[in-house]
Amino acid sequence: MATEFVARGSDLDLVGIRKDFPGFTALDHLDLHIPAGEFFALLGPSGCGKTTTLRLVAGLEEPTSGKILIGGKDVTASKPHERPVNTVFQSYALFPHMSVLENVAFGLRQRKVDEPLKRAEEALALVQLGHLSQRRPQQLSGGQQQRVALARALVNRPSLLLLDEPLGALDLKLRREMQIELKAIQMEVGLTFLHVTHDQEEAMDMADTVAVMNKGHIEQMGAPEALYDRPHTVFVAKFLGQSNLFIGNVAETSANSIGIEVAGYKISVPKDRAEKHTGKVAIGVRPEKADLHQQKPAPSSSENLIGPGEVLDIRFTGVSNQFLVEIPNIGLVTVFEQNEGNSTVALGDQVYVSWKVEHTFGLADLPDSVEE
Amino acid sequence: MAFAAFSGGSEKSSYKVPRKNSTKVALALLLPGMIYLALFFITPLASLVATSLEVPDASGEIGRYQYGFEIGNYWYVIQTYWPHIARSFVYALAATILSLLISYPLAYFIGVRARKWPLIQKLALALVIAPFFISFLLRTFAWKQIFSNESWIVTTLQSLHVLAPDQYLVGTDFMVIFGLTYNFIPFMTLPLYTSLERLDLRLLEAGSDLYATPAKVFRKVTLPITMPGIISGTLMTFIPIAGDYINASRDFLGSSGTQMIGNVVETNFLRINDYPSASALSVLLMAAILGLVVFYVRRSGTEDLL
Repeated sequence: MATEFVARGSDLDLVGIRKDFPGFTALDHLDLHIPAGEFFALLGPSGCGKTTTLRLVAGLEEPTSGKILIGGKDVTASKPHERPVNTVFQSYALFPHMSVLENVAFGLRQRKVDEPLKRAEEALALVQLGHLSQRRPQQLSGGQQQRVALARALVNRPSLLLLDEPLGALDLKLRREMQIELKAIQMEVGLTFLHVTHDQEEAMDMADTVAVMNKGHIEQMGAPEALYDRPHTVFVAKFLGQSNLFIGNVAETSANSIGIEVAGYKISVPKDRAEKHTGKVAIGVRPEKADLHQQKPAPSSSENLIGPGEVLDIRFTGVSNQFLVEIPNIGLVTVFEQNEGNSTVALGDQVYVSWKVEHTFGLADLPDSVEE
Repeated sequence: MAFAAFSGGSEKSSYKVPRKNSTKVALALLLPGMIYLALFFITPLASLVATSLEVPDASGEIGRYQYGFEIGNYWYVIQTYWPHIARSFVYALAATILSLLISYPLAYFIGVRARKWPLIQKLALALVIAPFFISFLLRTFAWKQIFSNESWIVTTLQSLHVLAPDQYLVGTDFMVIFGLTYNFIPFMTLPLYTSLERLDLRLLEAGSDLYATPAKVFRKVTLPITMPGIISGTLMTFIPIAGDYINASRDFLGSSGTQMIGNVVETNFLRINDYPSASALSVLLMAAILGLVVFYVRRSGTEDLL
């Protein structure tokens, strides 16, 4: 086999990828660059095209148009077995007729690597399954199978490791454990990881860079903190964590902020945190950035203030109290307050909601239900 | 083990420990079957073995025998009919291999490729079974007509010098193996289909993702995983073919040079009334098949199929 295998990870580039299936377009003009050694997460709801993207990179699907480059080399026309990538499948896809050890050694044997069994043993030791190497996959638990699948891919030292919702079938506790382990392994081996998931916490927790996908294209891409702090679209604001969104018209523009009129209130957004500076816009704030006040606070140019409104619901989650406030003409607003044991707000109280101007973000689009 | 091989075989088998009182229920449910087996299998079998050891009646009348515990009957039939015994197994082996070679791609198409089109899948399956709607005697006879000495197939082959002017097809080894293969293809295709239909295609993707070429994926993944289907398919064809007496018969596709054990048994039982020889041959055939099957299943079942 002519494929070259590099010890470290490689860059991945997707250029103008389009993928049509009979009756629908799964991906439309997708461009993506993943630098070598990065832990990159594709995040999105089911049907957004993230798994299709992964299968295109693995060679299991062919793009309708566009190019795929791994380490700068065009692999668009290469067959799956010719590509220096390995996949951890969602279903694990372990070979039921082989022992765990033989499963892990499979790729090495195909490439005629020396001492496949010794290397496979080492890979199993890395995922702490050395003692189960002679078992059949179906004799292992879900978490163990997941690790075998990981070892089977990692042992080949691919330029690029593809992970297709590998933790999806595990229970919550095991999932958290595996997330930590996976991240540690990635740092240890230094490979490029492309991780597909619909779990936003998982993506934010593990990835260096997250790309949020929706309906076949990438909505926004960046470091998890940046994405969370400043979502660009309604979809990202709602898919990645929770958001309070308000719709209004831009009423005034100053040197570094814009003022939006929302149901009689003026809400300010710093210009550099707003995607759109004119006309009808959607703006938002994260629930934990907002504060409740039982008395109307003194107006301040650095704070946005709305209210009063009625507290409809209080949910106690341990770490925080989550308040649902209905503000006339605006609607429901969610506020999270740290549980410091001194909250006096009760159900039915009239409260004001405020937050810092610098925590407001302005979006590029409007929710589907709102007319332009 | 041998019985599991007939079921089409699944990779996973679930082990459930039955509760104690359900054992009685299970036994009660098994009872009718046991009685049936005792009456219609064990009894005739014992009678067959007894007959195979009989000697001609003291009166010397043809077709009358008395009990004699004559082991020599077995030596006699082996010495007399060993060419037929050997021929039966050679024919059975050839026809089984041919059916496997024809059925595997067919079953692969129906069970794997046609998954996307359930209608075509069902239609193709119906077509595999469709020949059963016509008596196989009739179908075999039809082949005799198609390949008869005056047929255009034979005359064309003769004019192309594939066959000599005095060479024909009916009555040859080729014709009998052809008939056996044709008649037993559905018995091979159906177990193969059952195995291939539940083949997890994601395993094939995993194989190619792990650098295996399509040919390697087939050899290392598809073939071993569908081995239970191959084993049950080959058993379902080999066993009945080894005992078949229609295809090789002079009335159908065979000649005096193509007689199999089945034909000898038929002749001895029905024409020359040599019941002990016919019985001894039947018992021998049964023992030989049983031995081969046990050997085959043991080998393919316990080895790691790599």
